[in-house]
Amino acid sequence: MTPRDTNDMNAMNRSNQHDAGSTAAVGEPAPAPLPRPEPGAPRPYHFPVFERVTLDNGLGVVVAPVRALPMATVMLVSDAGASAEPVGHEGVANLTARALLEGTNRSGSNVTEMFERLGASIGAGADWDVATVAMTALSPRLDEAMQLFGEVILDPSFPERELERLRAERLADILQLTAEPRGLANEMFSRVLYESSSRYARPEDGSASTVRSLGRSEVESFYRARYQPSVSTLIVVGDVSVEDGVKLARKVLGDWKGSASESAPVIAAPARTSRAVHIVPKAEAPQSELRVGHIGLPRSHPDYFPVLVMNSVLGGLFSSRINLNLREVHGYTYGAFSGYAWRRGPGPFVVSTAVKSDVTAESAREILLEIERMRTDTISEDELSLATSYLGGVFPIRYETTDAIARALSALVAYRLPPDYFDSYRDKVRAVTKVDVLQAADRHLHPEELQLLVVGDPDVVRTPLEELGFGPVEMLSADLEGSELETVEQEGGR
Amino acid sequence: MRIPIDTYRLANGLFVTLSEDHTAPIVAVNLWYHVGSANERTGRTGFAHLFEHMLFQGSAQVGANEHFELVQRAGGTLNGSTWLERTNYFETIPSNQLALALWLEADRMGYLLPAMTQQKLDTQRDVVKNERRWSVDNQPYGTWWERLPALAYPPHHPFHHSLIGSMEDLSQASLEDVATFFATYYTPDNAVLSIAGDFDPAEARVLVERYFGPIPAGGRKPPLPDMSLPPTFGEWTREVVPDNVVVPRLFLAFRSPVFGSHDYYAASVLGAILGMGKGSRFQRHLVRERRIASDATAFTFDLAKGADILVADVTAHPEVSSDVLEAEVAREIDDVYRNGVSGAEVERAVALIETGFVSAMQSAGDRADRLSMFATFFGDPSLANEQTDRYREVTAEDVNRFARDRLGEDNRVSLLYVPRPPGTEEGESEPGVESGEEVGAL
Repeated sequence: MTPRDTNDMNAMNRSNQHDAGSTAAVGEPAPAPLPRPEPGAPRPYHFPVFERVTLDNGLGVVVAPVRALPMATVMLVSDAGASAEPVGHEGVANLTARALLEGTNRSGSNVTEMFERLGASIGAGADWDVATVAMTALSPRLDEAMQLFGEVILDPSFPERELERLRAERLADILQLTAEPRGLANEMFSRVLYESSSRYARPEDGSASTVRSLGRSEVESFYRARYQPSVSTLIVVGDVSVEDGVKLARKVLGDWKGSASESAPVIAAPARTSRAVHIVPKAEAPQSELRVGHIGLPRSHPDYFPVLVMNSVLGGLFSSRINLNLREVHGYTYGAFSGYAWRRGPGPFVVSTAVKSDVTAESAREILLEIERMRTDTISEDELSLATSYLGGVFPIRYETTDAIARALSALVAYRLPPDYFDSYRDKVRAVTKVDVLQAADRHLHPEELQLLVVGDPDVVRTPLEELGFGPVEMLSADLEGSELETVEQEGGR
Repeated sequence: MRIPIDTYRLANGLFVTLSEDHTAPIVAVNLWYHVGSANERTGRTGFAHLFEHMLFQGSAQVGANEHFELVQRAGGTLNGSTWLERTNYFETIPSNQLALALWLEADRMGYLLPAMTQQKLDTQRDVVKNERRWSVDNQPYGTWWERLPALAYPPHHPFHHSLIGSMEDLSQASLEDVATFFATYYTPDNAVLSIAGDFDPAEARVLVERYFGPIPAGGRKPPLPDMSLPPTFGEWTREVVPDNVVVPRLFLAFRSPVFGSHDYYAASVLGAILGMGKGSRFQRHLVRERRIASDATAFTFDLAKGADILVADVTAHPEVSSDVLEAEVAREIDDVYRNGVSGAEVERAVALIETGFVSAMQSAGDRADRLSMFATFFGDPSLANEQTDRYREVTAEDVNRFARDRLGEDNRVSLLYVPRPPGTEEGESEPGVESGEEVGAL
């Protein structure tokens, strides 16, 4: 194919449209604009129908036939997340998940080569609650790819050389964090939020000191303890019938034997119960990375839907209060958002933004005011309807792809949500009232407990932050005693 | 796989592409304007992108930020982005709200200027300056988006200068610039409208005519200068950037054939052989075997005018020096240059590209965006249906011919980031160098 006039951007203009019988000729003013149209009748939407069965070995199987395109996503979800790690082995969950793809009785490069020759994209990792191995392949190659998928789940060899490389890659990531203000702010924020013994106070993928101590025996024992059919579910989404999906699961993982108990909940005590400001110095930074928040609530909390709507009004959307205030009224930032990190245990509630250094204190003050206002004033009908119609409306847009549907089903498994969760989601969102939102703000926003973390230029931000009166100001360094970041600094000095 | 494509033009020149699919009750509306940072005049770097922000500041019947609010209230997602050759605006919404999305896009295409004020411009200028700080100035390696095109395209070439813009030029932008840019480039005959998803074609045609039909065609827009370039750089240009980073990172670029041309597909496949997936050469050799790199990819910029670039992007393993990094990446490139790639490597790359393509086509927004892209650059959205065939036609001989022509030492520019030695001062930042990634309005 030869592109048409790739060097001439007027190629399209030269075609004859100017001379056609125009309704509007060049240079004429446009007629008065037409009024805004009303929506038509909405068409019904249903989350893809899925079936859930348990094989004889205890493995859960969820199959959602989505026949639009000749492809499928297959995802194994195991109760093998960071929360299940033994103390001192932080990072082993993610290392183990990634290491599954690094070799069986075939070498790691051979396994990779085989997947990719089939056009199968595959990835593995662990979050706080579960480990997932996800693969997307086109239908004609699915059976062959599934054989290999089963092999990496059931028969990983965890070669020492590859483990060493994965460890080094994680250590490199940690090292890079010291120079990357966004990631550094997120990491440091967890540390000022949770009491130091909580798993949530440490990095999800482990700190340098723990990662360095992880060897083949730690990985193997985590694998044996946590990758068991009784705490695992295989999700199949795509151009596959329920019957064939279950058959495929049985064929590939039916012989998997063993059991494990569900992992214990994470203890998540706060580091402090009164407000404080924490500055992580970055000399001459043109912007401050701000994090403002406190410990939130677990995913299973009955207030989930009111909190979701409340946060949408506060800072979940472009049109939310915090973004309109900081970005559109003041021009302090490119964007400012709030969110609850949903986990089985109570993850952080956090407002995140990056602001010009000289308006750091002003930005923090506006964020605080917005959080307080959520608790004192009832939101308007307009704000409520914006949040609920947005959340309800985008629901089908979120689940366009087999991968997105598989991820949604993995949340159902990981958070033990009811089977009708997706079907009732929109009704539950729409049922939230202004009073519910005010109550949710009252219960789940705690202005007196807010921690403010700033990665920025201390010469510029410190005095204004002290004058702000938010709380006592503490200078942190990225090499806190006993922290992974301290270790990183030593590594960097080599 | 092929998607249905129906194409026509309004009398005012607006190019319309429709692609029906009733899988879910949602529809994507996507507009490409054939204008990007390449069209900026001297002293106004960053203006195309700043202008994109202004398009969310209201129009005759839409208040500031109301575009966002109306779409989100309708249950939709939206954004816009600016690139070197084009600017796009897009919504995916429940299908019963199609008329709203079309009305919103038409209101700002036809009636933007009444809503423009100095205060809005000043605020968006501050927002964009913060975007620059966030994505470029306060990010490790963040300046590569401007430094690499500045190295790869000669001064005064439209792709040379900064997409996000210099602080100085952003400060200079005026309301008059907004009015001129709008009148010159934001006209129906310089735009493509694509609608993909759940709609009734007859009804969609009526709506498109109703809202866009009355907007007058534009005058002639100023032609871009001759953008053609020799097939190679002619030498190996190197720039070393001491920066606030902890490990070295190398960007090695090769001048390559424009997006959509026959040889483009060979370049694209070579990019995948080098850097797509764990089985790519970089991943196998540099990451897995020799432990030179902690991360490595390769990709094309997909520019359709003048010349494209193929870029290798390799981040050093922590204990590897910048010299070793550069030498080892060059060794990989030299190996392909001298010895070529195998048919099996081409097959792996094409299989992965194909899966990625089919995956992307599940999304109404992605389908609409690709239709707009092929319509904008080549006047032919049906090229979207030929992409997998184009890739399947690529042979090892094609890739190896491309490698022999374009991977030699006479066709390289390298941008090497190295950790700044402790205690040294930050150098003067250079104003007015170039490109950014696709920059969103959000």
